[in-house]
Amino acid sequence: MSTAAPPADVKPSAAPTETLSDYARRWWSNVRGGELGSLPIVVGLIIIAIVFQLQNSHFLTAGNFVNLIVQTAPYAVIAMGVTFALLLGEIDLSIGFVSGVGGVLTAILLTPDGNVLPIWVVLIIVLGAGLAIGTLHGLIITKVGVPSFVVTLAGLLAWNGAVLLLIGSKGTVILQNDFIIGLANNFVPGGTAWILALVCVALYAAVLLVRQRSRRGAGLEVDPPLIVALRVVSLAAALAIIVYVATQDRGVPYAGLVVAGLYVGWTFVLNRTKFGRHIYAVGGNAEAARRAGINVDNVRIACFAIVSVMAVLGGLILASRLRSVDTNTGGGQALLYPIAAAVIGGTSLFGGRGTMKAALLGAVVMLGIDNGLGLLGLSSGTKFVLTGGVLLLAVTVDSISRRGRAASGRA
Amino acid sequence: MTDETGGRREAPSTSPILELRKVSKSFGAVQVLYDVDFHVAPGEVMALVGDNGAGKSTLIKCIAGIHPIDGGEVVFERDKVNIHGPKDAADLGIEVVYQDLALADNLDVVQNMYLGREEVSSLLRLDETAMEKRASETLKGLSVTTIKSVRQTVAGLSGGQRQSVAVAKAVMWNSRVVILDEPTAALGVAQTRQVLELVKRLGEQGLAVILISHNLHDVFEVADTITVLRLGQNVAEFKRTETNQQKVVEAITAGTLSEVPGRSSEVMA
Repeated sequence: MSTAAPPADVKPSAAPTETLSDYARRWWSNVRGGELGSLPIVVGLIIIAIVFQLQNSHFLTAGNFVNLIVQTAPYAVIAMGVTFALLLGEIDLSIGFVSGVGGVLTAILLTPDGNVLPIWVVLIIVLGAGLAIGTLHGLIITKVGVPSFVVTLAGLLAWNGAVLLLIGSKGTVILQNDFIIGLANNFVPGGTAWILALVCVALYAAVLLVRQRSRRGAGLEVDPPLIVALRVVSLAAALAIIVYVATQDRGVPYAGLVVAGLYVGWTFVLNRTKFGRHIYAVGGNAEAARRAGINVDNVRIACFAIVSVMAVLGGLILASRLRSVDTNTGGGQALLYPIAAAVIGGTSLFGGRGTMKAALLGAVVMLGIDNGLGLLGLSSGTKFVLTGGVLLLAVTVDSISRRGRAASGRA
Repeated sequence: MTDETGGRREAPSTSPILELRKVSKSFGAVQVLYDVDFHVAPGEVMALVGDNGAGKSTLIKCIAGIHPIDGGEVVFERDKVNIHGPKDAADLGIEVVYQDLALADNLDVVQNMYLGREEVSSLLRLDETAMEKRASETLKGLSVTTIKSVRQTVAGLSGGQRQSVAVAKAVMWNSRVVILDEPTAALGVAQTRQVLELVKRLGEQGLAVILISHNLHDVFEVADTITVLRLGQNVAEFKRTETNQQKVVEAITAGTLSEVPGRSSEVMA
């Protein structure tokens, strides 16, 4: 304890429990101050569901719901990855073709030609390639000092070239491994899905209760019990709806489980570990982080490595969904959908602000629109124009809310 | 009348925790500090004043270990010490609160106070409860009551509150000497009052405080002793109770300089 520490007889005030009305008032003052959280995106999702359901009654069917999960999964994974670059205030434009490299490399290594490698060896090689690519980007950005925009723009071209070189003259490589194909095309049995959902809810409740108890033990302010209960119930409701609707059709795809696992894992890393804290610090004020003794370069390199590894994972799921890879793999939407998803979810391009939840919900919005417009049978031109409009709208909402933050001194 | 334009005073009754003896520093051909003597005792608020270019910033950077000194010695608790980097200074218990405060706006108060020194419980998990508890206690110990929640982001705090967080961050780590660089420069009247109260309290809690300020009004409000730097030399030391603003201003602008080799043209007649 420092010499300036309070004398031992200063008791922490008796554990105060915030009342429900206090909590609601604080939440509302945050919203007015521009801390919108997930509010706009949830409203957006509801609007999307209503609009498309009115246009085409197939939008809100179990079958389309399962399709939506499968379509969202790869982009959600890449979006969660690229959030790590955005949190630093950097950008990674190479994610599309790095995901392509992942998909193509997997397909080629698994082509049956007499000496097929075991699947786990292939996975290690492919994820290792992602790690190497990201580390290379990070090293050039930090040690040489080339801006991330330029390094990853060069990466965009170079890894596109790598995809073409790997495919060679074959044109298209059909995926022939049941495990990889199963990611997007096999489904968790109904019973197992329900048990997993139940375990998730139980673990979440346990984590919240333990935190509540340790805070009360330390004499710190605790959330009202009703709010804690509400959180658990809303997670339970969300998971129950997902599992129930999905099992009406084929079930929850394994890709959905991969997304859920990555979401929980990375959320823990960002919010509950030193490394995650340092990422936010570097994104918020790199100089303050440096003076606090944080190795800013290492944090940056690690983040770019995570971006590329996640891109490769997303590429695996994308390849699994299409059951093949070709010369276009990694092009098109694989670059811009994930960045758009993260931004729509509320991740700031200036660094320091963003969550895994933002990337996940943003991906659902992007792919929901993509899916709905597809059902309406609109031309690609119309699709792109409308998707662009939604992206602009989302960023506008963010800018206006940032003005709210500035007005209330939170900018 | 020893303190009339440049009279040197004896050390205060308590023995100094940090003492500089004949410290010199030059950048290339420019002699920035010349034979500076300077000391501060536990529980003492020592104001370091001087015009722009007097060497105040260089002096604190020398103490903080950012610049190595060329000559003279630094004595900490009667032992001669060599400070080779910010880490050495921190290990001795010397913390500097720079003017820009070095806070991350997107992090909350607790996260900022523990930045780079987070406490980890098990499985790499941050021990949020322990950190929040100690951060609140430190703020409470400094009677910082204006910060309602330690879980709000620093972006939402006023200038005075941010200064309080930066100071609390500095004193939380067993610090003995706290150096404040222009803590009130960017603050309004009420905020300045808040910060000056905090500075006084640091002294009352037994820390040695070095306050760098341009504002003599603030200095006279909180300081026990006043050291005047002029053109890299300390030209006067005053006890606050035995002097007035006019004498300090005279020392800042026209204090007697001693002969500096190679800079004779600037020696006062």
